[in-house]
Amino acid sequence: MELIPALYIIIPLLGAFLIPIIGHFVKGFQKTISVIITLFLVFYSVWFYIVGYEAPAVTKVGGWEAVNGVPIAIYLIYDGLSAFIILTVNLIAFLSTVYAMGYIKRFTAENNFYALLCLMIAGMNGVVLSGDIFNMYVFLEIAVIASYALVAFGTEKRELEASFKYQVLGGIASLLILFAVGLLYWQTQTLNLADISAILQYQDQSPALIFTEVLLIVGFGLKEAMIPFHAWLPDAHSSAPSPISAMLSGVLIKAVGVYALIRLFFNIFTITYEVSLLIVVLGTLSMVIGVLLAISQWDLKRLLAYHSISQMGYVVIGVGIGMMIIFEDGNRTVAALSIAGGLFHLINHAVFKGLLFLDAGAIEYMSGTRNLKELGGLSQKMPVTSSTSLGASLAISGIPPFNGFFSKLLIIIAAVRAEFYLLAALAVFVNFVTLGSFMKFIRYAFFNMKESKVSLKAKKLPFSMKFSMITMVILCVLMSLMVFPFFRDILLNPAVDVLINTGEYATKIIGS
Amino acid sequence: MTVYVMCFILFLVGLYGVLTRRNLIKIVIGFSIMEFSCFLFLAMIGYIENGLAPILKEEMENPVYVDPLPQAMVLTAIVIGLATTAMLLAIAIRIYKKYGTFDIRKVNELKG
Repeated sequence: MELIPALYIIIPLLGAFLIPIIGHFVKGFQKTISVIITLFLVFYSVWFYIVGYEAPAVTKVGGWEAVNGVPIAIYLIYDGLSAFIILTVNLIAFLSTVYAMGYIKRFTAENNFYALLCLMIAGMNGVVLSGDIFNMYVFLEIAVIASYALVAFGTEKRELEASFKYQVLGGIASLLILFAVGLLYWQTQTLNLADISAILQYQDQSPALIFTEVLLIVGFGLKEAMIPFHAWLPDAHSSAPSPISAMLSGVLIKAVGVYALIRLFFNIFTITYEVSLLIVVLGTLSMVIGVLLAISQWDLKRLLAYHSISQMGYVVIGVGIGMMIIFEDGNRTVAALSIAGGLFHLINHAVFKGLLFLDAGAIEYMSGTRNLKELGGLSQKMPVTSSTSLGASLAISGIPPFNGFFSKLLIIIAAVRAEFYLLAALAVFVNFVTLGSFMKFIRYAFFNMKESKVSLKAKKLPFSMKFSMITMVILCVLMSLMVFPFFRDILLNPAVDVLINTGEYATKIIGS
Repeated sequence: MTVYVMCFILFLVGLYGVLTRRNLIKIVIGFSIMEFSCFLFLAMIGYIENGLAPILKEEMENPVYVDPLPQAMVLTAIVIGLATTAMLLAIAIRIYKKYGTFDIRKVNELKG
């Protein structure tokens, strides 16, 4: 099988086009085709980890070759980092789609749901593969416009309000990014990321460039919901249907937020002290304030959404510490360890937070409520949900056999070795608060027999929902293996290498 | 330089509208103003004084063309902007049907 990066975009886009047309006439077409598409994408992304590929694989869309060393075509680039994020996106997309087969029956307009889901996957894959900054903006808009519609999918009061809020803040973020794209083109006369990187290497930090960087940090920070920009996230992520919450929290904020941020600030711009400090500070704020806001929540999905902000803080500080060490030209093994911790936590968070949202969906499916005060005593009535929730809760609060422990450990070790003692202490503190918060969830939802007023609405969970949940809890355990050198070499290190060798991106892609 | 600064001021006017208005439709209008200031900025960075429309003709010697790439970007961005605005207005109408008002002070089911 040959590696064609464009397939990651074309196939879900084609699915999104076909589902409303053929699904209208053929019953059950929409489910079958979206599961086939996502399964193929997972297989396609895992395959190249097994057989290997020549990194970076570059596709020039339209076949236009560079003229006098100036790239003309739109580039699609599949390198270590892209491969890693693509794997995360498609894995969670597949499991959410399987889950949705059972869950989404209670909504009408199933065709639209699956079509929008495919569109969102196409957009996210596009953002990750794109080697052209304007193209990145276009795919970002495809992904987020689909997600606006999906957040409002229930069309009840809360969903609509959350969607409007999300759209206004997301729209402002998109416009800031568009403004920054314009400014970048003004300064460099090119849109190709590798070309921009090659040109900026020889330029000093001009005020216009600093302004561009600030716009990009604010724009992608809003998309990613780092703490001063987080207002939309708890509303949007808690109002969407559960498989979509899993997609939004699990992968959307990573693919269009963290990925774009780290790609731009590691590989395109030269790293400066101010930017790396800003990223570490934003990450720390997200980590600490996110978890403090989560404590007082009683709505299950809002609680999970606030924890998303907090856990993304871990990813951002992991990457930010790496950035700082690279700037100071310090110990590269520590920088590599720190970035590896950040990326490892990124894929771990996608799996366990996705699983927690699916569990929240299962609880809502069975009991009709997600208010923790009204729930209770579900552990015997819903054995699968309670055991998977327990697994995911232990994973997110960093208890050893599960994956969350290892990624947090890597980040904390890196922080200590880089002499960020306060940051390491805060990371440990936040971890304990997280543990407490999830013990509250487990106690109120599954035990707490006395005050239980809950009456079950459905007899049992559909098989497809159970399948996704069980697969994900197994992944939560298996993913700990990635800390061992053999698996780390295959999965994490190619991605870390791309980030650590900041200048190589340009030379590898457009040649000397 | 003044035109670029004025363009950014237009952006801020739109942002002010989005942040201070209480009516959903006025928020959408403010949002559109921001959008169009971006388009204006993109169109301006490709402008070259006395430049011609970038159409290749044979009889001309050393012609000066305006940069066509930002124009292509603006067209794409306008289409995306249309989709965003349509989405916003559709949701605003749905909110009006559910709540019976466009006032954001009364649309406040979500808290905390």
